Amino acid sequence: MSSAEGPDTRTALRFEGVDVFFDAEFSEVHAVKGFSLEVKRGEVVALVGESGSGKSAIATAAMGLLPANARVAGRIQVGGTDVLGLDEARLRRMRASNIAMVFQEPMTALNPVLTVGDQLTEALELHGIAHGKAADRRAAELLGMVGIPDPHQRLRQYPHQFSGGQRQRIVIAMAISCGPRVIIADEPTTALDVTVQAEILDLLRELKDKLDTGILLITHNMGVVADLADRVAVMFQGRVVEAGTVRDVLTRPEHAYTRTLLAAVPHLGRSGPQAAALPAGGGVAGRDAAGGDAAAGETVRQPVLRARGLAVEYTARGRAFRAVEDISFEVAAGEILGLVGESGSGKSTIAKVVLGLLPVASGELMVHGQNLAALKGRSARAARARIGAVFQDPAASLNPRFPIGECIVEPMVVHGKGNRRSRAERAYDLLDAVRLPRSVVNRYPHELSGGQRQRVSIARALALDPELLVADEPTSALDVSVQAAVLEMFAELQSRYEFACLFVSHDLAVVDMLAHSVLVMRNGRTVEQGPAARVLHEPRQDYTRRLLAAAPVPEPGEQRRRREARRALLAEQPAP
Amino acid sequence: MPAGGEAAAAASLAEAEDAALRLRGDTATSQGRLVARRFLAHKAAMASVAVFAAIAVLAFTSIGFAGIPGWWDKSYTLAATVVDGGRPTLSLVPGWLGGEGLRWGEHPFGQDSTGKDYFALVMRGTQQSITIALVVGTVATVIGSVVGAVAGYFRGWVDSVLMRITDLVIVIPLLVLAAVLGKIAGGSGNVLVLALVLGLVTWTGLARLVRGEVLSLREREFVSAAEAMGARASRIIFRHLLPNTVGVIAVNATFAVAGAILLETSLSYLGFGVRAPDSSLGLLISQYQSAFTTRPWLFWWPGMTILAVALSVNFIGDGLRDAFDPRQSRAARRKGRTRP
Repeated sequence: MSSAEGPDTRTALRFEGVDVFFDAEFSEVHAVKGFSLEVKRGEVVALVGESGSGKSAIATAAMGLLPANARVAGRIQVGGTDVLGLDEARLRRMRASNIAMVFQEPMTALNPVLTVGDQLTEALELHGIAHGKAADRRAAELLGMVGIPDPHQRLRQYPHQFSGGQRQRIVIAMAISCGPRVIIADEPTTALDVTVQAEILDLLRELKDKLDTGILLITHNMGVVADLADRVAVMFQGRVVEAGTVRDVLTRPEHAYTRTLLAAVPHLGRSGPQAAALPAGGGVAGRDAAGGDAAAGETVRQPVLRARGLAVEYTARGRAFRAVEDISFEVAAGEILGLVGESGSGKSTIAKVVLGLLPVASGELMVHGQNLAALKGRSARAARARIGAVFQDPAASLNPRFPIGECIVEPMVVHGKGNRRSRAERAYDLLDAVRLPRSVVNRYPHELSGGQRQRVSIARALALDPELLVADEPTSALDVSVQAAVLEMFAELQSRYEFACLFVSHDLAVVDMLAHSVLVMRNGRTVEQGPAARVLHEPRQDYTRRLLAAAPVPEPGEQRRRREARRALLAEQPAP
Repeated sequence: MPAGGEAAAAASLAEAEDAALRLRGDTATSQGRLVARRFLAHKAAMASVAVFAAIAVLAFTSIGFAGIPGWWDKSYTLAATVVDGGRPTLSLVPGWLGGEGLRWGEHPFGQDSTGKDYFALVMRGTQQSITIALVVGTVATVIGSVVGAVAGYFRGWVDSVLMRITDLVIVIPLLVLAAVLGKIAGGSGNVLVLALVLGLVTWTGLARLVRGEVLSLREREFVSAAEAMGARASRIIFRHLLPNTVGVIAVNATFAVAGAILLETSLSYLGFGVRAPDSSLGLLISQYQSAFTTRPWLFWWPGMTILAVALSVNFIGDGLRDAFDPRQSRAARRKGRTRP
C-alpha cells in the first residue's frame, strides 16, 4: 500500500503503530492495535469496519479529541507534526488549519442558536485568515463552493432553516474553511437519505480535487467506499485485516473477514444467498406460488391486512398535519410488503397506525376483516394479540429491567395466555428459533449486542404466533454482517410461520432481497406500487428511478457506471 | 467489546458476538447488581451507611422503643437531682494521656436543668427524628413517583391537572404549610401523624423529576412495543416506566429523608412539631439555645447528632447517584488525561 518514494511532502496524515486503550469501568479495552496508515493530499482513503472495530477511535485520536479515559501509543503525524504530546493550545491551532472533521449528524454538529455565517467566520477569525467584512465575503464564497444558492442571504440564517443535506454541506464548508491538508469524514452520509448521500459524495469528490485535500473517510457502507475512495483499509476488532486499492479489496478480497463483509452487503439487483430461503425464490412468481399453497389450505383467501384510502394526521398546537394521504395496499398471508421511502415519506407513520400507536384520520384499515380504527376497549386489545412488532433501535426496544425470558413472553403475560411452565417453554422454543442459546433467558438486554437484541425482539414479536408482523426498519441500526444474519433468519422464520409482514425500510437493497411486493412513498403519498421485481428492476416513475440510481453498490467499476447513469438521468429530469 | 471476542477468531462480527455470548458464564448481571457493585465500592457512602446504622442502633436499643425496654437504665421523662451542674460524665481521653480514662459514667451526656438524663433525651430525640424521616421519605416517594409517572405517561389534561396541583403545593412556603398542618395534626401528639402530614407536602420535587424522566422514557421503543402488544396503561406505568426511574427515585428518596430530618428539626424548634414532655432533636436545641454559653453540651449533643444523621444520609444519596449514573461520578471526572 505504501508508495516506493518513501515519505514525501504530499503526505497529509500518517499513523505509525498506533494503539488506543480505553479505561472501562471494570477493565481496560484495547480498542486499536498497531494501526498504520498514510493519507496523501488529493487522495481518499477509506477506513471500513463494523462497530467495535476501532475506526472512530482512530479519527478522534488524530484530532486529539479522545476522551479523558483513553490512552494512545505510537505516532500520529499531521503534515509532519506529531499530534501526540502537543499541548491544548498547539492542538487547537493545528485543528482546522491542518486537519478538519466532518461529523455524522449535521443537526448536532451545528450550533442551533448561531447563524451559519457566525459559525463559518468564527474559524476564519480564530485562525487569523480573515476578519470582519473580508471574513463574511470568504464565508459566502465557501457556501457557494459547497453548492448552496444565494450564499450572501443565507449566511444570516440559522441551521434549522436548512435541509439535512444542506446542513451537511455547511459542515463541509466549515471543514474546508481554513484550507486543511486533510479532512476526516466520520460517517458523513450515514444520517442522510440516499439521494442526498449521492450529492454529498459528489461534492466531496469535487472538493478534494479542487483544494488538493486528503480525505480519511470512515464508513461502514461499502457502496460509499466504492463510490469515493482510492484506497481502503478494512478493520476488524482493532486491527487492519486488509488494505489496498479499492479495486483490489472490493473485487478480489483476500482476508476471510473482508469476504464475509462483502458477501453480507445487500446488493441491489442481485439475488443474494438469502433469496433461496424465500418461498419459491421470492419475486412475483414466488409470491403467487406461496399464495396458491396458502389458498389450498384455506377456504377463502382473504388479505391479512388491507388499507384503503388511508390517511393519518399529526396534530401539533391545534393544527393538523397530514403525514399520510390516500394510501391503499393489501398484504396476504405469507407475503412481505416492502414500504420504501426517504425520511419524511410517511412510511414509519403507516407502521405506527397499523400497530395502533397513532389513530386513523380517514380511510379504512382492515386486519382479518376487522376495521382496526373502529375497535374499542377489550376487542381492540384482543386484535393487538394478532399483530407482532419489531422496532428499529435495538438499544431501546427491550425494557432494560426485564430479563430476556420475560421480554420474550411479555405478550403472553399481557394477554393472559399460558401459565408459568408453558411460557418458559415458549421462551425456549423461540430462542431456538432465533438461534440464541437458551441460557440467555436470565440475561439482561445490556449484556447482549445489537444484533442479538434485535433477534430477541423478533422472538417477542412471534410469541403469540401473530398473523401479521410489522417491522419498522428492523436492521438499519445494525452492522452489515449482523444485518445479513438477522435478515437471513427473518426470511427463514417468515417462510416457516407464514405470517404476513409489513416491512418498512429506507434500504432498497434490503427490500429487494426480502419483499414480494413494494410500495414506494414520497411526502405521504404513493409513488409506485407493485411486485418487487417489477418496481425495483423496471421502475415506471421518475422518483423510483432516481432513488434506485442513487443507491451505491459495493463494486467500483459498476458504481462508476451507475454514477454516470445517474448524472444522465438527472440531466434529463432534474430533481425538484 | 465482549470478553473473549478475539479468542473466538470468527470471520464476522455476528459470529464473534454469538461466540462471546456462549463463552460467558451462566451468571447474569442485572442492572441492580451492577449498581450494588458500584455502591459497595463508594467509600464515603459505605462509611455513611456504617455511621447511620450505628446511630440508629444506639438510639433504638439504648432506651427501648414501643414498650420494649432497652439497656440504658434511665428514662427521658424522670427528673432527678442535678449532679455536678449537670456536666457530662463521658470521658474519651485515656489516663496515660493525662485524661480521666475511658469512662461512660452516670450521665454520659450530662443532665438538663430538671435533672433528666440528657443521653436518654437525645436518644429519644434521635428515634423521633429517624422515625419521622423514614415515614416522610416513604410517603413523599410513593406520592411523588405515582403522580409524576401518571402525569408523564398520559400527558394532556391529566398532566395539566396534576402539575397545577403540584405547583400549588410548591408555591406555598413549605414551612408555613407544614406548620399549619402540623398544628392541626400535632394536637394528637403522635409523631406518625406529623410525619404523614410532612410527607403530604414534600412530594412535589420528586413528582416533577419523575415526570421528566417518564416523558423521555415513554418515547423509547420498548414502551411503544408494550402499547402495540395491547398492554394496559397501569402495566406500562408500573412494570415498564417506574422501574426504569428507580435511579431518580432512590436518590431523591434519600435526599427527602435528609430534608425531612431538618424540616422536623425546624418545626420542633419553632414549636409546631414534637412537644414536651416528648423529645426531639429540634425541640432540645430550641429549649437550650440560651444555655449555649453556660452549659454548651445541652446544645452540642443534639446539634452534632442532627449533623451526623443528615450528613450520612446525604452521603448515602450521593453514593446512590454515582452508582446509578456512573457518568456523573466524581471519581470518573478526577481521572486526568495520561499519555505514555
